[in-house]
Amino acid sequence: MSEWLGVLMFLGALLLIFSGYPVAFSLGGAGLVFAVIGGLLGKFDWILFTALPQRLFGIMSNFVLLAIPYFILMGTLLQRSGLAEDLLETFGILFGRLRGGLAIGVILVGTLLAAATGVVGATVVAMGMISLPIMLRYGYSASLASGVVAASGTLGQVIPPSVVLIVLGDQLGVSVGDLFLGSLLPGLAMASMYLLYVVGMAIFQPKQVPALPPEVTDIPKAQLAKRVVLVMLPPLLLIVIVLGSIFRGLATPTEAGAMGVLGALVLAALNRRLTLTALTKALRSTVELTTMVMVLLVGATLFSLVFRGLGGDDLVKEAFLNIPGGALSFLAFVNLLVFFLGFFLDYFEIVFILVPLVLPVVVSFGGTDVMPLTGTELLVWFGVMMGVNLQTSFLTPPFGFSLFYLRGVAPPSVKTTQIYAGVVPFIMIQLVALLLLIRFPGLVTWVMG
Amino acid sequence: MQFLLKLSRWIDRISEAMGWLTIGLTLVMVVVGVYNAVTRYLGQFIGVNLSSNLYIEVQWYLFSLIFLLGACYVLSRNEHVRVDILYSRFSRKGKAWIDLIGGAFLLLPLCLVILTYSLPSVINSWKILEQSSDASGLPRYPIKSAIILAFMFLALQGISEIIKQVAILLDHESSVSEVNQ
Repeated sequence: MSEWLGVLMFLGALLLIFSGYPVAFSLGGAGLVFAVIGGLLGKFDWILFTALPQRLFGIMSNFVLLAIPYFILMGTLLQRSGLAEDLLETFGILFGRLRGGLAIGVILVGTLLAAATGVVGATVVAMGMISLPIMLRYGYSASLASGVVAASGTLGQVIPPSVVLIVLGDQLGVSVGDLFLGSLLPGLAMASMYLLYVVGMAIFQPKQVPALPPEVTDIPKAQLAKRVVLVMLPPLLLIVIVLGSIFRGLATPTEAGAMGVLGALVLAALNRRLTLTALTKALRSTVELTTMVMVLLVGATLFSLVFRGLGGDDLVKEAFLNIPGGALSFLAFVNLLVFFLGFFLDYFEIVFILVPLVLPVVVSFGGTDVMPLTGTELLVWFGVMMGVNLQTSFLTPPFGFSLFYLRGVAPPSVKTTQIYAGVVPFIMIQLVALLLLIRFPGLVTWVMG
Repeated sequence: MQFLLKLSRWIDRISEAMGWLTIGLTLVMVVVGVYNAVTRYLGQFIGVNLSSNLYIEVQWYLFSLIFLLGACYVLSRNEHVRVDILYSRFSRKGKAWIDLIGGAFLLLPLCLVILTYSLPSVINSWKILEQSSDASGLPRYPIKSAIILAFMFLALQGISEIIKQVAILLDHESSVSEVNQ
């Protein structure tokens, strides 16, 4: 009976979340409501709440999460200092003479700006505002242009050093370095598949992706070279150094993040873009995003404390372990669930709610035919798979987050149906990537050695 | 109502100040982070341990202060993430009802429970003047007290939000926008 209280609690929390009240307080509040109900029915012992200060203190002194503000700040600095626009323009001039060149530039910038990707909306909005009007102005088909922006705007989430991977690493209990390493190849592979699609379009549907007129791209070679060296190389170098130092074990993610912020500050200063306003704005976004994530974690902690107290986690584990069809059904179910939740919840909420619930089940099913990996490799693979799945979900009409935000910044001349049509090829690419990941877990783990 | 709206305006100012404080602390955290990274690396390079637990603890103290004291500020700016698939379709008064009920029955009790259960452990920390278990670490009682401060400020901002929602529901909307300016 008390287990069913856990199920009710889960549904209750979803109900509160859907009311539109902030998710963090809905989760924590649901915990309280059911602690009261459980207490009255004699199914919940309030003494469990005495663990609360220790939990809070654990969140405060968590060395993994400490990296979050640094990576957010590094990303927002790169964005706010106009580096993204400069990058896009340079890519445009460089590749613009080719058909599809502008779209290729958008995909590459989306990949490079991975660090700034915390909340789906922010990146899609930023990319959409900068690049959509340019592509439309030079005669790109509206649906292809929106598809490229929506897909590239979410791509950064699964490419290191994204902040969502840091949070995921903490919840999975694996090192952020391993997760960064594991997601590197799948992320870059997806970016390449996007690029291939654009190249295919340039060959077979050239009218949809015209080259830029010569007067735009014809600037003196020396000037172009200067632009490449000054605008393109420095941020690329910064990301490579930050990631490289983590991968080679030279620095912890926190140290690399701090140095990355310093690098981004220097870059912005060199480009004469480090104004007080830009810096304050970047710091303000960092405070807001960091606080949002951490308060969400506090709310989710309270929720899971009560959920466990009511025996809800045992129920979930039991149900999944006895699922007909075993590991395969479990994997299918979790993927469908993540995909469905992705319509309504952002990355962080899903990670905080779902990962603690399914983690023990994932570990139990490890080493079977369906999930051949074990230990850290299993968890990293599971995390990357979840990330790719969510990214697909964010792109899927009619609820996908990316589409919703893109609609908000796209000019009225772009029809919603055009946006929907534009993302379909990218959803196909994502699904192929997801299936490949499930079938060949080695795609994630071979770099981890 | 005018008095309550004035109170709400004062609370908003406190939260705004917390926002600026945390923005400053973020900048300090960058400096400390760079210092820690550089000293550890340099120390390894020359074979002398230059880094100290002191600055490593300062770093996570700052991180904690940022999101603890930032919580009320982020609430005042309405930046705590919502699932607005339905919410965005509600009327202004519909939204006000959600925020009023949520504030009174979710947020405030939440703050109250966290305060009630944290207070004894904070008081205890002060009594024994709790120290870090690492050599040259920092005292623990100040940062533990920040939990109390944080949830007090968050509860205050919750009250301010409730006042604003009531004003909207009672058609004092003009006074809310006045206050917000």
